[in-house]
Amino acid sequence: MHPILILVSQRIALGLLLLWAASVLIFAGTMILPGDVAQSILGQSATPEALANLRAELGLNDPPVTRYFNWLFGALQGDLGVALTNGQDIAEALGRRLGNTLFLAFWAAIIAVPLAIFLGLLAVRYRNRWPDKAISGVTLASISIPEFLIGYLLVYFVAVKLGWFSSVAMINDSMSLGEKLSAIALPVAVLVLVVLAHMMRMTRAAILNVMQSAYIETAELKGLSGFNVIFRHAFPNAISPIVNVVMLNLAYLVVGVVVVEVVFVYPGMGQYLVDHVSKRDVPVVQACGLVFAAVYIGLNMVADIVAILSNPRLRHPK
Amino acid sequence: MTVKIDQNQIDYLKVRAGMGRISRREFIGRMGALGVSAAVAGTFYAQAVHAAGPVKGGIMRMGVSGGESTNSLDPALAASPVPYNVLNQFGETLVNVDETGGLEMRLAESVEASADAKTWMFKIRSGVEFHNGKPLTAEDVMRTMERHSNEDSKSGALGIMRGITSMKVEGDMFIVGLDTPNADLPFLLGDYHLMIQPDGGFDSPAAGIGTGPYMVEAEEPGVRYLFKKNPNYWDSSRGHVDEVEILSINDTTARMGALQSGQVHLVNRVDPKVAALLDRAPGLAVKSVQGPGHYVFIMHCDTEPFLNNDLRMALKYAIDRKDMVDKVLRGYGSVGNDMPVNASYPLFDDSIPQREYDPEKAAEHYKKSGHDGSPIILRVSDVAFPGAVEAAQLFEQTAKAAGIPLELKREPGDGYWSEVWNVQPFSASYWGGRPVQDQMYSTAYLSTADWNDTRFKREDFDALLLQARGELDQDKRKALYSQMGMMVRDEGGLICPMFNDFVEGVSDKVQGWVADPTGELMSGTASHKCWLTA
Repeated sequence: MHPILILVSQRIALGLLLLWAASVLIFAGTMILPGDVAQSILGQSATPEALANLRAELGLNDPPVTRYFNWLFGALQGDLGVALTNGQDIAEALGRRLGNTLFLAFWAAIIAVPLAIFLGLLAVRYRNRWPDKAISGVTLASISIPEFLIGYLLVYFVAVKLGWFSSVAMINDSMSLGEKLSAIALPVAVLVLVVLAHMMRMTRAAILNVMQSAYIETAELKGLSGFNVIFRHAFPNAISPIVNVVMLNLAYLVVGVVVVEVVFVYPGMGQYLVDHVSKRDVPVVQACGLVFAAVYIGLNMVADIVAILSNPRLRHPK
Repeated sequence: MTVKIDQNQIDYLKVRAGMGRISRREFIGRMGALGVSAAVAGTFYAQAVHAAGPVKGGIMRMGVSGGESTNSLDPALAASPVPYNVLNQFGETLVNVDETGGLEMRLAESVEASADAKTWMFKIRSGVEFHNGKPLTAEDVMRTMERHSNEDSKSGALGIMRGITSMKVEGDMFIVGLDTPNADLPFLLGDYHLMIQPDGGFDSPAAGIGTGPYMVEAEEPGVRYLFKKNPNYWDSSRGHVDEVEILSINDTTARMGALQSGQVHLVNRVDPKVAALLDRAPGLAVKSVQGPGHYVFIMHCDTEPFLNNDLRMALKYAIDRKDMVDKVLRGYGSVGNDMPVNASYPLFDDSIPQREYDPEKAAEHYKKSGHDGSPIILRVSDVAFPGAVEAAQLFEQTAKAAGIPLELKREPGDGYWSEVWNVQPFSASYWGGRPVQDQMYSTAYLSTADWNDTRFKREDFDALLLQARGELDQDKRKALYSQMGMMVRDEGGLICPMFNDFVEGVSDKVQGWVADPTGELMSGTASHKCWLTA
């Protein structure tokens, strides 16, 4: 078998193993929360009989290992159970929220990633001159301001004063794509500003590192133009660290944007998880944890695989 | 400068505005051309539109704080503002408490009591249909009440159903029997949890089927709810807009932004800190309505050093209520009088003298109490009420001026309601208020009440409470409540510095707004009674 296939399948297997370990941790973590689920559903007024009935109904009397495997097999078949608080089907509610989160993350990423890489390349081309300094200054400033403040500033100036976009980024199925994009314009802008700097700096650093190599000097001596050298010769060798940091930022766009969701009232995963944690709705918390873990592990796995594929020594073994 | 204003033109424009033919912007513009200032023109517009009566149609959007993704459409489980408003769109109770504190008949056509106020008969309205097409019967009413009062009930209304010993149906009459006389029973059955559902909602409690003016069209807990007008609604005086959308916006700044940018027409819970600023923004107004909710400092009457009434009086005189209303509520509230009731309650006696800040009297009582001078510990946390820590600091200062050594102890917000409130002898807290005085006193001042958070245990008070509850003569009842209020004020463990208002933001496109002290957003009926103009 081709060594690259072996490497890739090793990565995938490792990712699945990691996901399984995460599922054990999530399950154990929710088990050691004080109080049991039946108690937190029924609250203070719980009678012993009602507690016993509910425990039996939820299968809380089974040993933890049995419950874990019941939960895991359910989850593998897409059955995440129902929310304890309002009886809604978790897979359905979560699916809608996840869809919204991915929609927002997708549009933020599709703007932020090319823009960050382009700005990084530009910064290298004009390194230590004013375009480099301006790009670094602006992106570092935007990453340093807390995201909720950027959000409020945009709401005040763009939504309230100018009235260009809506301050409430609530989307639903009855809206057309154009309406949805207009609704999420402001949160997308905030997210782009937040993730831009990290990726831009990494692109710049990685390429500058490669620029020290002898073959770049050769390319320059051959008379290639500055940008051509960077894009055609330096960039391919710097892909691996750039992809890594891009993936980390994509993961952040999916799992870490609860503050932006709150400011723009966006119906994403973050708010959904926070609401259920505060009500001790364990099945939902477990399901969200599993989805978040899968996203993180999946994106990091992609980064690994791209790094492998971008390495000619692995692609063309002797 | 004198400007000749063409009255005919103005009247013509007013008529057009009343008919909804021209927009507010156009109206003000054309008035301006006639030499009428924008402020005056705005008033003319509102008058003209209001005089013409409700305009039908449009989508009314409300930005409401206090909703979670865990919310359900089951009326029994509602506890926060979003579910409260959602229930009021699709559901209806037997009666409502109207904005004057009186009873308004809804699904009950009339109410009658036996002479001893122990049996109550509700005649159920005929010709009312549920959203699923089923006609409303007295049986549905009884089943609903059963679901909220039976053994497995998790209803928020369980407490008020406790006095009911029997329920039966005779034709279109729903008859309730009580263990002790209660003249307030209809008010209690107006509780918002008791929305009448087909067959009591036993088979599917969260179906969202009721008899209300709007039908549930889309439900996304913690995000939004959409309602369409119920074409078969029985009361043509309500339900002017075609659709109602409730957006759950918990972040205060986001909610204010949504109102300012015109994305919503109504918002609840405007932060008093920004209310004055917001009121100056164009296109909207901030409405402040006196409500029954109050912020309190509570002492346990049965625990040292609060066992001594002189010490309790010393602390009551040592608090500057006016200053607190100005600084903590920024004027969006009213001073308390160490009783849990105010003028928003029916049968309130407003001749009871207001207690003022009086450091000399406080010092006198303090001296008489013989307190040893050790610090008196007041436990407080930000979750007790908005601005609780600041209020306690003001209290500390004014008490110091009277020579009373008050010491604040900050408690963590997590666990405050289980570890501090109703456990520690002196702490900060709040009460949301109840529709009638009897319910407020029964919940927190009856000797045997679970939530007697001041440990006020007086047999004579309990006897008065029971007597007032069974008294059908309103004048006599008022006198009894006045007597009870005085007892709590002069001998109880409650220090009530202020009642907080409902502070709400209303777009000037909304007409028909009235101040309703019984609940937020016109006690959940803003969308039934208001209408939208261009």
